[in-house]
Amino acid sequence: MNDINRSRRNFIKTGGTLALGATLPISLVELAFADSAENFTFAYISDAHIQHIKGNRFVRNWDMGLKRAVAEVNLLTPKPDFVMFGGDLAQLGSQAELDHGAEFMSALKHDVRYVMGEHDYYLDLGAYWEKLFGPQFYSFDHKGVHFIVLNSIRTYDDWTYKRWPTAEQRMLEMAGLDNPNGSPFMVGEEQRKWLSADLAKVAKTTPVVVFSHSPLQKIYKGWNFWTEDAEQIQALLKPYKKVSVIYGHVHQIQYNQIGNISFNSVMATAWPWPYPQAYAQAEQYLPKLTVPMNRADPFFERDATGWQFINVANGNVDVNFTLYSNKDRVVRFDKAKKQPQDAEYQAEKARINPQRHY
Amino acid sequence: MSTFNFIGKGLLALSLAASVNLVSADEFTPEDEQRWQQQFMDSVKQGRELWTSSTLGTNGVACAQCHPNAANTHPETYPKFQKQIGKVIPLWEMINWCLRNPLEGVPLAADDPKMIAIQAYVTHERRGVKLEPGKH
Repeated sequence: MNDINRSRRNFIKTGGTLALGATLPISLVELAFADSAENFTFAYISDAHIQHIKGNRFVRNWDMGLKRAVAEVNLLTPKPDFVMFGGDLAQLGSQAELDHGAEFMSALKHDVRYVMGEHDYYLDLGAYWEKLFGPQFYSFDHKGVHFIVLNSIRTYDDWTYKRWPTAEQRMLEMAGLDNPNGSPFMVGEEQRKWLSADLAKVAKTTPVVVFSHSPLQKIYKGWNFWTEDAEQIQALLKPYKKVSVIYGHVHQIQYNQIGNISFNSVMATAWPWPYPQAYAQAEQYLPKLTVPMNRADPFFERDATGWQFINVANGNVDVNFTLYSNKDRVVRFDKAKKQPQDAEYQAEKARINPQRHY
Repeated sequence: MSTFNFIGKGLLALSLAASVNLVSADEFTPEDEQRWQQQFMDSVKQGRELWTSSTLGTNGVACAQCHPNAANTHPETYPKFQKQIGKVIPLWEMINWCLRNPLEGVPLAADDPKMIAIQAYVTHERRGVKLEPGKH
C-alpha cells in the first residue's frame, strides 16, 4: 500500500500539471513481493468500443475515453512495466475501428498486450486483430509471475459458422448485449487443452494471473456476464496456490472469490453498464461480495468510468479504483477472510447509498 | 316562484331517474382487452426496435448500448426533479436529453408515436416495480 500511495501522489503531482484530473479509466497493477526489489506494476485499459460513423468520423465520446486513459498511463510514476488492453477495442470489429483504436494506443510509451473481446472478434473471427496484435491466446512470464491470456468470448460453432447469412450480421447480433439472438461466451475445448498443457509447466507456488474478456464465472447469462465453461477453467486453475482472474466486458466494478481464485473486473473507458439487478425481470448471480459502484452524475459523459491501481500483493490482487466525481474505492485482498473486500464500504451499514434515482 | 321551483325540481328528479335506467355502465369483452393489450405490446415492440437502432441519433449510438433491457432508466421515478436540468421533468424529457447528447440526435415531440413507443418499452421492461415518483 505504501508503494501505491507514493506512486499515486507522484502521479497526481505529475498529472496535475496537465490539469487532466486524477481520475481516468485505467488500472495500475502492482505485484508486491516480500522482496520489494521484485515489485513491478502494469497498467490496464479496457472496453474502449471505438465506433466508426462514416468516412473519417468516429463517436467522439468513446474516442475521448480511450485518449484520456492513454494520456494518463503515459504520466504514471513509477512507469508500468507494460500495459494490458482488456478487449473490445472496436465496437463492430471493422478494420477502420481497430486501426483507429491502435492509433490511440500507439501513443503509449510501453509494451502493450491485448485480450480479445467479442466486439473485436465476430466480424472476421479475429483475422485483422491478429495481424495487428498477434495471437488470440498466449502466456508469458514476467518477474516471477505467470500470465495467461485467453480468448473467452468464443461460442458454439453452430452459432458462429452456420447461423448468420453475413459476417456483418453475425457481428451485429453479438454486439447487442441484451440481444436474445446472441449466444453464451466460452473458452472452448481447443484453448482448454492448450491451457492445461501451459499450466503443466508452471510450479504450483508460482502466482498465476489470468486475463480474459468475459468473467470466467457465471453472473448473468442474459448479458453474457458469463462464461459457459467457467467451472472447467476454474478446475484447471484449482491446483495453483495463488490465482487471480482480471476481466473486462462488464463495464463496472465486480469482485469475487471462488475457492483459490480471486476475480476482479476492470472498468471501461467508453461507458458504464447497469448492474444486472437493475433489470427487474432478470434472475442473476452478482457475487454477494461485490459492493456495486455508485453513479455520481450520468449527465457527465465520463461518469462511472474510472481508473484503478491494482496491487497483486504476494500474488493476491488489491484494486484501488478512482471514480469520477465520486468516492474512491479500494478492494483489497483480506488475508484472514481469504477474499477480496472493499476496504471501507464492505459492511452494509458503511455503504454510501448508490444514487439509484439516476 | 315556489310553484315553479317545485315543478322544476320534480322534472329534474324525473329526468335523472330516466337517465339511470337508460345508461348502462361501460362494458367490454375479453376480446376488447386482448386488442388493447395487443396495441400496447405493438408499441412496446416498436419501442424495442427504436431502442436498439441507430436511427434515432446521428452517430450510430443506440440507447441499448448503455441501457441493456432499458436497465437504469427508472421510469417509475418520473416525474422528478432532475438536478442537471433544474426542474421537475417527465420521462420523455429525459429521453430527449439522451437523444441530444450521447446519440447526438434531435429531440422528439412529447406526442410523437416514436416517443410514446420508447416510453412503452422502457416501462414494460420495468413492470412489477412499484411506482416511486419524485424518488431521489
